[in-house]
Amino acid sequence: MAAKTDATSQVYVAPAWKMTWWRFRKHKLAVFCLWLIGLIALISISPQFFATTDPYATSARRAYIPTQFIRVVHDGQLTMPFVYGVVGERNQRTLRMEWVIDDEVRYPVRFFVRGFEYRFLGLIPTDRHLIGFAGAPPGETPALLGTDRLGRDQWSRLMYGTQISMSIGLVAVALSTLLGIILGGISGYFGGLTDNIIQRIIELLQALPPIPVWLALSAALPRTWPVTLVYFAITIILALLGWTRLAREVRGRFLSLREEDFVTAARLVGASRVRIIFSHMVPSFTSHIIAAVTLAIPLMILNETFLSFLGLGLRPPAISWGVMLQEAQNLQSVVNAPWLLLPGAFVIIAVLALNILGDGLRDAADPYAN
Amino acid sequence: MQQTPTRTDRDPDRARDADRTAAPERPGEPILSVRGLKTHFATDEGVVRAVDGVDFDLHPGEVLGIVGESGCGKSITMKSVMRLVQHPGRIVAGEIRYRRPAGDGKKAIDVDLATLRPQGRAIRRIRGGDIALIPQEPMASFSPLHSIGDQIVEAILLHQRVGRREAKRIAIEKLAEVGMPNPQQRFDAYSWQLSGGLRQRAVIALALSCNPSVLVADEPTTAIDVTTQAQVLELLKDLQRDHGSSIVFITHDLGVIAQLADHVVVMYLGRVMEQGPVRDIFHAPQHPYTRALLQSVPSLHAEPRVALPTVSGSIPHPLHRPTGCPFHPRCPDAMPGRCDVAMPAMASVDGRPPVACFLHHDQAEEDAA
Amino acid sequence: MHWFILKRLMVVPLLLFIFSIIAFVLIQAPPGDYLTSYIAELAQGGTTITQDQIDSLRRQYGLDQPVYVQYFLWVGNLLQGDLGYSFEWRRSNAELIGERLLLTLALTTLSLIFTWVVAIPIGIISATRQYSVIDYVFTVLNYIGLATPNFLLALVLMWIAFDSFGLSVTGLFSPEFQQAPWSWARFADMMGKIWLPMIVLGTAGTAQIARVVRANLLDELGKPYTEMARAKGLPEWKLVLKYPTRVAIAPVVSTLGWYFPQLLSGGLVVAVVMSLPTIGPLLLRALVGQDMYLAGTIILIYCILTVVGTLVSDVLLALLDPRIRMDGA
Repeated sequence: MAAKTDATSQVYVAPAWKMTWWRFRKHKLAVFCLWLIGLIALISISPQFFATTDPYATSARRAYIPTQFIRVVHDGQLTMPFVYGVVGERNQRTLRMEWVIDDEVRYPVRFFVRGFEYRFLGLIPTDRHLIGFAGAPPGETPALLGTDRLGRDQWSRLMYGTQISMSIGLVAVALSTLLGIILGGISGYFGGLTDNIIQRIIELLQALPPIPVWLALSAALPRTWPVTLVYFAITIILALLGWTRLAREVRGRFLSLREEDFVTAARLVGASRVRIIFSHMVPSFTSHIIAAVTLAIPLMILNETFLSFLGLGLRPPAISWGVMLQEAQNLQSVVNAPWLLLPGAFVIIAVLALNILGDGLRDAADPYAN
Repeated sequence: MQQTPTRTDRDPDRARDADRTAAPERPGEPILSVRGLKTHFATDEGVVRAVDGVDFDLHPGEVLGIVGESGCGKSITMKSVMRLVQHPGRIVAGEIRYRRPAGDGKKAIDVDLATLRPQGRAIRRIRGGDIALIPQEPMASFSPLHSIGDQIVEAILLHQRVGRREAKRIAIEKLAEVGMPNPQQRFDAYSWQLSGGLRQRAVIALALSCNPSVLVADEPTTAIDVTTQAQVLELLKDLQRDHGSSIVFITHDLGVIAQLADHVVVMYLGRVMEQGPVRDIFHAPQHPYTRALLQSVPSLHAEPRVALPTVSGSIPHPLHRPTGCPFHPRCPDAMPGRCDVAMPAMASVDGRPPVACFLHHDQAEEDAA
Repeated sequence: MHWFILKRLMVVPLLLFIFSIIAFVLIQAPPGDYLTSYIAELAQGGTTITQDQIDSLRRQYGLDQPVYVQYFLWVGNLLQGDLGYSFEWRRSNAELIGERLLLTLALTTLSLIFTWVVAIPIGIISATRQYSVIDYVFTVLNYIGLATPNFLLALVLMWIAFDSFGLSVTGLFSPEFQQAPWSWARFADMMGKIWLPMIVLGTAGTAQIARVVRANLLDELGKPYTEMARAKGLPEWKLVLKYPTRVAIAPVVSTLGWYFPQLLSGGLVVAVVMSLPTIGPLLLRALVGQDMYLAGTIILIYCILTVVGTLVSDVLLALLDPRIRMDGA
């Protein structure tokens, strides 16, 4: 009984974010997605560690190698993880290399092996990688997800692409959030004419067909710009149309909170304006903003994928999921090398996880749920 | 139109008094008789026993008041009777006998409503046609996208063999009967165009549209202001007198009960604590809960400048029901070792109305330990 | 009701004016213009061109005028029905856009109908059978539908069709009808091919709208008027369809305002992948080739269609919801 009273009184004094967290924990799938996103974030932070080989290295000889998945069963017997080798043979009619699995050759999988050198987190020089293959000849590292037209290793490219795609989504959303919170806050706080003008601008921007406008803006970027500049320009372009939803959300929250009894009560007991905003209003909508932001990231990721896929977003040699999918732009290449679509599966998983996570957060943030 | 056999006088108050002095036992066959009704809700946290063994009778032409604090299961009881309880709620035990003689062009009915499929044809005929609901929130009881006339006509077409034009005529007639000004024009109005009082009248017209034998009024006056409340209650009284239908009036307002009801059922945590004629309950309450409720009603005879007594404590969490009598933690007269161990049965002593309390008798309920 | 529509109509010219400016700014944004790249191309090909020729070309296209004059020239021509001339295709824009616009509209409208026909029943079934197996199945499918970029779905479906049935489902017409004039046979040929892009385009929207319907309907099912309808003795399916569903669907109709442009936008990428003869790929090519008046005209067409979509959804909403209708009166 005493324990129960303790638990009960704990509920009464818990801050809003803690209650949100408690409610969120109950949503098992969302918690799983949180872990998944954590893993993807880890990859984005240090893709080199997860890559098996240099993602930029081309090899005309090794084009279109199919996937060499990690296996644990050989000859019907459970063994340590390994990959089979491949042998290529030129088809005399089509003159294309055709690769077949060679189950005579096995490369055991090793962990924390030495490979190409890089700087971990861009700082610490090292040559350790998560996985490697014992006995694979140099330049012939087995391709877990196959290779593309230029013989580049898709697995390693995917790891690098994760960094770019996730970060572009994150930065674009951060920019839109900033714009959204500032303009939405101004709109909700001042009201009147300011509010009216900002709302009309938002409506106007929302009425624009997004993809054609994005395309037109991206097409305006000079072809001669270096990769990093294009990266930032694309981010800004995505944010330019993306902030309106968040601004609406913030404004709506602000307006409804202003009318809430607890804000009126705080005002009546003489709390200062700053105190009301920061200790009463902000805590009660941060969880909503976090949820809204989480739901905005997958949209940005998809948008970047669209743009790069159409050749108007990031350009090679930059690697993003969209740039990788550009290799699979028509039926012909998909039929020849279906594994070129695998980055798409990665996009779906990442977007799915972010959506479920965002929904879980949104439900948890709603104090009136249940 | 049904007339109760005992009703001889047109003045309802005198008639009621005459009934009571002449025959303390209620006359005739009950039209609705509920026995051992249990409705439980299986939630993630556990089973909520919203209605947990309720018995009562409703006689033709009678106004039965069900009183209790919010959450005592009074609304769920009547929703169970109409089979309107939605998932995860379920009737787990009990009988709901509905018995109506032939008349008004309808065949005689004798059925246990608890056994019917909740969405089946049999119960749908009774719902709206025989037992009609006047809901808690008149504000939201009409769809905002359909005119009120359309929604009344729909009910008439469902239960009466009339054409659309005749149905419209009946609907307008009913609207006029409940005192709706300009019923012709209001027929095409939307509910959000009407004031609270008019909406409540429109809801009553809808409930009356098929001449039901039983009207279930679920706190119909809580959402409207006091003046309108009085008008609506007056209207219900008049209608009851003119049609002779039975009314089950659910409320937490004892004043309304005193004004309107013939017979009272007092509920607490899904159980009946005490029931009897309105006069006995008000003048000689037996159960401590009834007494506490009555004391908390403001009165002209009360001592000035003395705080109005309230029922001490608060309603327990539905998942943490007390053992024994559910009221014992809040009861001033609770007997330790008795009231917290066994649930007293409903029993009457010396010809007084039945009560479930060990202060009055020693009978305990067998299955509730 | 008339007032309501009139009020909405009055905003349209203003919106179009602003959109035309935005479209013009967008096509002016790239450094240089078509002539610069054209001249560079000619120079690469070995053809030299004199400064006089360049100047005369500039005059011919009005490129020597100040920017605002160029804008008014462009808009003035548009208003007279002259959509301009494509530098790259050496044909009038009207000719280029004409049939493609028609096909774009047909495809978008079909996808819209597909979305509603699929999404609304799914939403209703999920809401009325909340937490049932079928609800979970639809929820999972919805999440996947939302997360799949439509060009990826297009590629996968095309691949499956090719791999399993040997069908090459690209384009909207078989080769023999590609350039043929409209006829029943050509129409039938198109209908035989348009269903795949229709499904691809409609899938993401179906997921979104089914979610909206489910959430709205769940709210409405708990409302007292639903219980009142049940208490009247209405059969369950009838009351669900007549009352809460109608209230729940009203906002879905209003989503037409953003869903229609989204379909148009999304159609662009799908059209590139499936090589559909719609305006999307034309815009892409015009943008890459700096064929600015063609690009500007197409962007403006996208904007106009968006405005029309919003207008239609407003009117539909007013028809469905008397509260909005009366508010405008």
